[in-house]
Amino acid sequence: MRKSEYIIRVKNVSKVYGDKTVLNQVSLDVRKGEFVTILGPSGCGKTTLLRLIAGFQPATSGEISIAGNNVTQTPPHRRPVNTVFQRYALFPHLNVYNNIAFGLKLKKLSSVVIAGKVKQALRMVGMTGYEYRDVDSLSGGQQQRVAIARAIVNEPEVLLLDEPLAALDLKMRKDMQMELREMHKSLGITFVYVTHDQEEALTLSDRIIVMSEGRIQQEGTPIDIYNEPSNAFVADFIGESNILDGIMLRDRLVSFAGYEFECVDEGFGENAPVDVVIRPEDLYIFEPSEATQFTGIVSSCIFKGVHYEMMVQTPGGYEFMVQNYHPFETGREAGLLVKPADIHVMRKERVCNTFEARSVDETHVEFLGTVFEVRPLDDIRNRKSFRVEIDFDKIILHDNEEDGQLTGEVCFILYKGNHYHLTVSTDSDEDIFADTSDVWDNGDRVGITIPPAAIRVKPLTCGANE
Amino acid sequence: MNRKQAATFLGKAYLWVLLLMLYSPILIIMVFSFTEAKVLGNWTGFSTKLYASLFSGDMHRSLTNAIWNSLVIALGAATVSTGLGSLAAIGLFNMRPRARQTVRFINTIPILNPDIITGVSLFLLFVSLGISQGYTTVVLAHITFCTPYVVLSVLPRLRQMNPNLYEAALDLGATPFQALRKVIIPEIRPGVISGFILAFTLSVDDFAVTVFTIGNEGIETLSTYIYADARKGGLTPELRPLSTIIFATVLLLLIIVNIRSARTGKKRQDG
Repeated sequence: MRKSEYIIRVKNVSKVYGDKTVLNQVSLDVRKGEFVTILGPSGCGKTTLLRLIAGFQPATSGEISIAGNNVTQTPPHRRPVNTVFQRYALFPHLNVYNNIAFGLKLKKLSSVVIAGKVKQALRMVGMTGYEYRDVDSLSGGQQQRVAIARAIVNEPEVLLLDEPLAALDLKMRKDMQMELREMHKSLGITFVYVTHDQEEALTLSDRIIVMSEGRIQQEGTPIDIYNEPSNAFVADFIGESNILDGIMLRDRLVSFAGYEFECVDEGFGENAPVDVVIRPEDLYIFEPSEATQFTGIVSSCIFKGVHYEMMVQTPGGYEFMVQNYHPFETGREAGLLVKPADIHVMRKERVCNTFEARSVDETHVEFLGTVFEVRPLDDIRNRKSFRVEIDFDKIILHDNEEDGQLTGEVCFILYKGNHYHLTVSTDSDEDIFADTSDVWDNGDRVGITIPPAAIRVKPLTCGANE
Repeated sequence: MNRKQAATFLGKAYLWVLLLMLYSPILIIMVFSFTEAKVLGNWTGFSTKLYASLFSGDMHRSLTNAIWNSLVIALGAATVSTGLGSLAAIGLFNMRPRARQTVRFINTIPILNPDIITGVSLFLLFVSLGISQGYTTVVLAHITFCTPYVVLSVLPRLRQMNPNLYEAALDLGATPFQALRKVIIPEIRPGVISGFILAFTLSVDDFAVTVFTIGNEGIETLSTYIYADARKGGLTPELRPLSTIIFATVLLLLIIVNIRSARTGKKRQDG
């Protein structure tokens, strides 16, 4: 691929505020004319990434180039990009015409040229005739159109859009999505679009970058991202899914929810722990028959417009979400089937919590900034630092923060069919992963206890054979 | 029903008595500015002679001089402190939270500090620096105590502003200075104007700081003149119409400031 095809290149960019890493070694290339969406939950660093490209904030490390020029140190007014802000950011003391003409006047164009361009931009966003209106008198949708006109009138190489539709109501948002898509086609400039709305991302984009916790989780076309999520986070964030713990017994055979299934994945090795993803529309539900792979009791059935959404409880205690055009009464037994190609298997990012630790005395070690009691250390007593492992289900969470040895905040919840897999961010900004059947909410403050018996002390990997 | 009426009546009466107490001194001056009697308290019939003699040449030259001095000093001090205060507010607004809090606190010290202390300390400062006291020192002193008020008047406007406006200007190709001139300043203008009016009235009003920094070369402002005049034995009768005019002017300015802030507050609610 020729280098000039890339309009934006972001190389190993990090952004650190105080001791919080908002962006962690992010690399991203955007092709000329592409519609790229950066998608992620709030606080994942997507807006920061956009602000670094626009130049409103400097990168802590890494390099950003636009149109072949390194702009890492270039101030925003000398970058060939324009931004559409979430809250429009129109200048309240100027009318619509002067808002749009702002950038052109700075370029010292003649007033005849400016008038022509403003008129054209207004026509582009369907706001002809609004030139002399006060911007405060416009509706949210109209203000956003003016904001878009104000940006595209400067004919930037790249248009950056920071959740431009987030403040609009659903109907207006759908209309604007279509218009943005059209505008992208007719203008032929590159769009970099930031949103937390997965449906919006799937609808609009040529390519989606999924971000979480300052890292890119996956990038690909909307279809790739939906059909082949690369990890449990992406699978959960994009669309509905059943995500379960499984074991890849051997090539093409996976076990989960207490059953063995044929699948199409290979190369995981034997008895490898994996995450299994099945989209609810890929589960077939019917009267129990010979074709049935496993059965379950329908525990709820909700009409969703086009289809019904049913929760099915298996005898082994696993819950599956199933979507089908035909409803099944609650309380009835149903047969379920999934085709091998629809079982999506992903390698687990981790199988237990691992922390670097330091010994304090024979029965205490320190990690996560806290001293924990452990079973007596013997052979590794003389070593200063080593590794500790704790299984997800051994972590105890408390409602009362004071009850725990340390405290944290629930920052990500994944339902695994029969339990929840929580990511808890401790106050020292490290993540602890816990399996629990209790229901928690995102943002809950919790106390965390790790019982002595749950802490496995291991030598540091590199010195394993000492 | 009757008890309730009585309660409202009592409440209202209390309010009016209170207001009467507060404003009766100035009311008395205003009433007696429309009579000719030399001694305050004697009513010798309605007359506007005192107003006429205030504006005719009969009046002491020194009083007109003092009025003129007060206005020039107030204009100078208000202009400079508005500039300084507005820039300070913009800088303050863009600081990191902890630094911002510290500077805001430092900004409120001159406001809470008794005028007499400000006056004495400035006097000592000027003396120790060997600056001869006169016009310049009074203006400098007034700038010192007016600037914090301007900062406090501009800051709320900045806080109301959409934080992306400055960035939007940069994004459209404005240099930081152009963004300041074309976007930030128009946005905070109402606060700047209110700050100017406030600084102007504070400066005209001031006595304690002025008396310590004006020196003894014979320059008088209105407040020092009135003070000296009163000590010489009885107020010159023309001070009554003068007080009335000043009171009316300040009242007018205050009403303007209040209407302005009410209007911007309402606009914010609508938007």
